[in-house]
Amino acid sequence: MEIRRFLKNKVSFFGFLLVTLIIITAILSPLISPYDPLEQHMVKRFSKPSAEFFGGTDRYGRDIFSRTLWGTRISLVVGFSATAIGAILGTVLGLIAGYTKGHLSKGIMWLTDVFMSFPTMVLAIIVVVAFGPGNQNVVLAIGLAFTPRFIRLARASTLSVSEQVFIEASRATGQSSVGIIGKHVLPNIAGDIIVMSTLWIATAIRLEASLSFLGLGTQPPTPSWGNMIREGMLYFMRAPWLSLVPGAGIFFTVIGFNMLGDGMRDVLDPKLRGRLT
Amino acid sequence: MVTFILRRLLLTIPTILVVVTVVFFSVRGLGGDPAMAILGDRATPEALEVLRERLGLNQPLWKQYTSFLWDLAHGNLGRDLRTDQPVAELFKRAVPYTIDLAIWATVIGILIGVPAGILAALKWNTPLDFFGRFVGILGFSFPTFYLSILLLFIFSLTLGWFPMIGGGELSDLVDRAYHLFLPALSLGLIKSAFVMRLTRSSMLNVLHEDYVTTARSKGLRERVVIYKHALRNSLIPVVTMISLYLAVTIGGSIEVEIVFNRPGLGKFLIGAIQERNYPIIQSGLVVLSVLIVIVNLITDLSYALIDPRIKYD
Repeated sequence: MEIRRFLKNKVSFFGFLLVTLIIITAILSPLISPYDPLEQHMVKRFSKPSAEFFGGTDRYGRDIFSRTLWGTRISLVVGFSATAIGAILGTVLGLIAGYTKGHLSKGIMWLTDVFMSFPTMVLAIIVVVAFGPGNQNVVLAIGLAFTPRFIRLARASTLSVSEQVFIEASRATGQSSVGIIGKHVLPNIAGDIIVMSTLWIATAIRLEASLSFLGLGTQPPTPSWGNMIREGMLYFMRAPWLSLVPGAGIFFTVIGFNMLGDGMRDVLDPKLRGRLT
Repeated sequence: MVTFILRRLLLTIPTILVVVTVVFFSVRGLGGDPAMAILGDRATPEALEVLRERLGLNQPLWKQYTSFLWDLAHGNLGRDLRTDQPVAELFKRAVPYTIDLAIWATVIGILIGVPAGILAALKWNTPLDFFGRFVGILGFSFPTFYLSILLLFIFSLTLGWFPMIGGGELSDLVDRAYHLFLPALSLGLIKSAFVMRLTRSSMLNVLHEDYVTTARSKGLRERVVIYKHALRNSLIPVVTMISLYLAVTIGGSIEVEIVFNRPGLGKFLIGAIQERNYPIIQSGLVVLSVLIVIVNLITDLSYALIDPRIKYD
């Protein structure tokens, strides 16, 4: 029923198609790339986009189109794992803050409020300064920047679930708090967390690109869309395709996840159905 | 009301303290020895010692922390490692470029987003509305720096209408506006997508309220119903969110400043991170954070003024 409504919604269906296509590209990139992303064709440096090189070549004569296809992998891995870190950390802290009523809960929420008022980009930069740039640290940076957002959602959902009669009943039967949280609260808030995660994957991919563009994320020679654009900007006057082609990769991926997430929220949240997109 | 303002002002003190502390520990400790990071691992022990002395790194952590707070409280942001200029002076020149950008981006975002949102809501579920929603998702999906690059490609590189890089002379208003236009447009267009979606959904909510039905059934003309009854109420959440997004805009200005080579706060900060200029990183993050805290403070206060239903306790 819900799946059918999801597929009938044009936005989510298109998003679903786009995301599937992107995931397939990421998995098959070694097979479908016309060239090795690190292979240098020195004679053909700075070639314009042509039939031979769809996206042109860079200063080492590397094929931009192949590099863009390979870049899908980094983006998806970072997008998924950073969101997972934020979701897991945020859910654990949010459950504690929502289920218990004490200084710990108050402390968590106060800190959450403080960090919520900062843009994720700024939080991520602070984490990168602490741990240094690099592939793994960018995942950590984005994940930690997302954590306050997930804490807030998990806490709100936990609060509303905790008021229900069946939770009171489980308490009356003498179950431990940890048992109640694990068996009854968590399964009931999981839907909200998953929907929000889909929406944040798009943001994570966008942030990875931005951080790598600033030189704080994925480091060369690993092709990531952000650092390809960064390198390309050095030759922007001479070879704008170096920046423009990988940017299209970011654009299609982020728009795919955004449409998918929007559609999922429409379908799963009956209050918004059909009115707000 | 006065108590509310005072309380809110007092609340910013612990907030700033938390952020400043996080910045302090993130710059120190976690990334290894800053002196080593600056000079590289082939530096002589003597050189490292001199640098540690200069940065105050050989003192115990609590002492570094208290003197850091003391210096901040006195507006002393340290000295640039390369040029030995006071960092505060550098920032005094950089901050206006960032604020210019954030404010004009917001103005552009409102000028495009609010009318577009109203139109989409009034034409709800028509092709025009779908087009608006599509453009809205588009705006969400563009990384700010990529939109900047596209605009740079079209308007500067291809058409040659605007300068490629730089921030212009602060004292020369025309030059300043000329250099500001494209950066502000890229941030503003992204912002207008947020504003459009928000205005649309807020307007749709209000159009379904009972008092709008009442106004219609009184026989008021549709124009009056929409502009006098619906629009005013639907703009309350929009105003709050716009000011909340001001903080996000300051975050986004970092990318734009890098693309357009605008000498603002973000450009300084990122440059300093790359060359490991610790005093600038530390103060840059503090100044950026305090700027955001101030913006949030103004947001909260103005919200209380606009919406009389807000509780002051």
